[in-house]
Amino acid sequence: MEPNLATYLGLSGILFTIGCVGVVFKRNALGMFMCIELMLNAVNLTFVAFSRYYADVHGQLFVFMVMSVAAAEAAVGLGIFIAFFRNRQSIDVDTASILKN
Amino acid sequence: MVSTALFFLFAGFAIMCAISMVYHKNPLYSAISLVGVFLSLACIYLTLAAPFIAIVQILVYAGAIMVLVVFVIMLLNLDDEPNTSRLKYLYALGGGLGIVLLAQTLFVVYAVSRTPNQAIDPNVTVGNTLDIGRAMYTDYLLPVEIVGVMLLMAIVGSVVLARRLSQPQLELVIDKEEERISEEINS
Amino acid sequence: MEETLKLIFPYVVVLIGVLLAFQGVLMIVAYTVLGERKVLGWIQGRVGPNRVGPWGILQPFADLLKFILKEDIVPNESSKVIYYLAPFIALTCALMPIVVYPFGPTITTIDWSFLPYGIAEGVHTLRLVIAQIDVGVLFVLSITSVGVYGIMLAGWSSNSKYSLMGGLRSSAQMISYELAMGASVIGVVMLAGSLDLTRIVQAQMGSPWYMRWFIIPQFIGFVVFLISAFAETNRVPFDLPEAETELVAGFHTEYSALKFALFFMAEYVNMFTVSMMATVLFLGGWYVPGLSHLFDVGSVPYALISIGAFVGKVIFFLFLYIWIRGTLPRFRFDQLMNFGWKFLLPLGLLNLIGTIIVVFFLNR
Repeated sequence: MEPNLATYLGLSGILFTIGCVGVVFKRNALGMFMCIELMLNAVNLTFVAFSRYYADVHGQLFVFMVMSVAAAEAAVGLGIFIAFFRNRQSIDVDTASILKN
Repeated sequence: MVSTALFFLFAGFAIMCAISMVYHKNPLYSAISLVGVFLSLACIYLTLAAPFIAIVQILVYAGAIMVLVVFVIMLLNLDDEPNTSRLKYLYALGGGLGIVLLAQTLFVVYAVSRTPNQAIDPNVTVGNTLDIGRAMYTDYLLPVEIVGVMLLMAIVGSVVLARRLSQPQLELVIDKEEERISEEINS
Repeated sequence: MEETLKLIFPYVVVLIGVLLAFQGVLMIVAYTVLGERKVLGWIQGRVGPNRVGPWGILQPFADLLKFILKEDIVPNESSKVIYYLAPFIALTCALMPIVVYPFGPTITTIDWSFLPYGIAEGVHTLRLVIAQIDVGVLFVLSITSVGVYGIMLAGWSSNSKYSLMGGLRSSAQMISYELAMGASVIGVVMLAGSLDLTRIVQAQMGSPWYMRWFIIPQFIGFVVFLISAFAETNRVPFDLPEAETELVAGFHTEYSALKFALFFMAEYVNMFTVSMMATVLFLGGWYVPGLSHLFDVGSVPYALISIGAFVGKVIFFLFLYIWIRGTLPRFRFDQLMNFGWKFLLPLGLLNLIGTIIVVFFLNR
């Protein structure tokens, strides 16, 4: 069976589902961050697959932009996690409840 | 034929690694599994004739972002996440979400596979460095500039976050030791 | 039968090439270790190993035998899977970049039709590079940056504070110096106009005489590259991840026997690949100026002398590594970070900006 566009979209959909479920299941800020990265990657896969099947370079450029955004997100996000860990001694998102009540 | 086998090999590996990432409680095991997903996705990009994106995927995701994540995990010395009992409803929510998304994926696969098969012209490649560079600095000049400014903002933001307001002066043990020794000699 | 043979022949050639390259590199690495001990001995006024075989030339094999026969100790509290995985990641990522380096010119004078079953009918060219890929420079950089996982995971999974400190230091150091290295490499890429290592060598051949080797227009870039290469390979004076005076042995404190040997080999293979990178980017790769006047381009003697020149340049860099190890003391960690971020990276970026301006006016 030769992989065609539907195969790539299916793989991407499965990865996106796993990432999305992971974001809900994980209580750990780093774990949630990693699941979001996985979802971004699943989307990148669809872009590259469409770019291949329509012989168009623009999909790959969009992947490039997504990667830059992910890098910026990692830099700021990890900074926030470290600052959060300094205050709370944990990066469990449930402990971030200082604004409650 | 070879690329078909490679695709299914790496697709299976990617799905396995993704599941193991969600399954493991230990953040470091999750991170390693995620690196596995990134590497196998890079190999899939290679079978899609996009070598530049594949290499940048390894360089940016596996080589920079995940190294930072593993560094933070080691720095904070995180343990397994505890099982919280008060968030049981989240499991139901997540399971429902997963089922909906899977159904959507199946529908997309079904719909796409019913349309006439898009044939690839093997001579047309758009993933070379030359093509991407040309498109990036002509059609996409403004977005690239915006991304550059955004990265600069991220650098500034992370420096501001990492800086403590009252930075304690770094003191080296060896300096104190030298002071002590000189005092002893003087007295 | 013949059809099948013709189909799989290219794959077999690549496979043999990869195996030969790995074998050759591991042999060179074994003798680099011996050479390091000898040269360090001379620098410190000692003799060096001289017992096994004449002048000690069988010493690497004795060492290997010793590594195999030592007891394999695994800490009880370690994370077993990652503990076993880490040395393999380190060695694999060290060996992988070797396939993209061109180590000689294309040989065009041999007719390969004499091979049986006509599997190479009408083939005249033999390219002395295993995989010529479009993004060679990026490939090397990315695989090198994945290699840091070996060290980090080894440090974490050993469950020992010295190992953890070694792993943390190593990752911080690698991330910091990778930026300077990338900045210095981009200067060369700008001049050559390609990311393909073969094209970079050809660009150096086709340049006017005053920039025949890119070390001349890119001298600052060369210095930045060399310093960050030392840091990337964890060698003296940047060997903080394994500083034996403060961290016992750093990230491989808890490793013994063959697993330690894998880390040891990975370090020297990294030295070798970085030397090849410096040779290809800055010293013209296999290219010897003026050699085409003596022999025909594409003939066998031309290729042999070019390969010899390539190996000679690489060995020069390896000697430089050992020489510096015998000469310089180790940095302190804050000095290392300050040096990387406040001096090396700005210098690399300034060099990059200067190169961009010059290339812009040259191409007008």
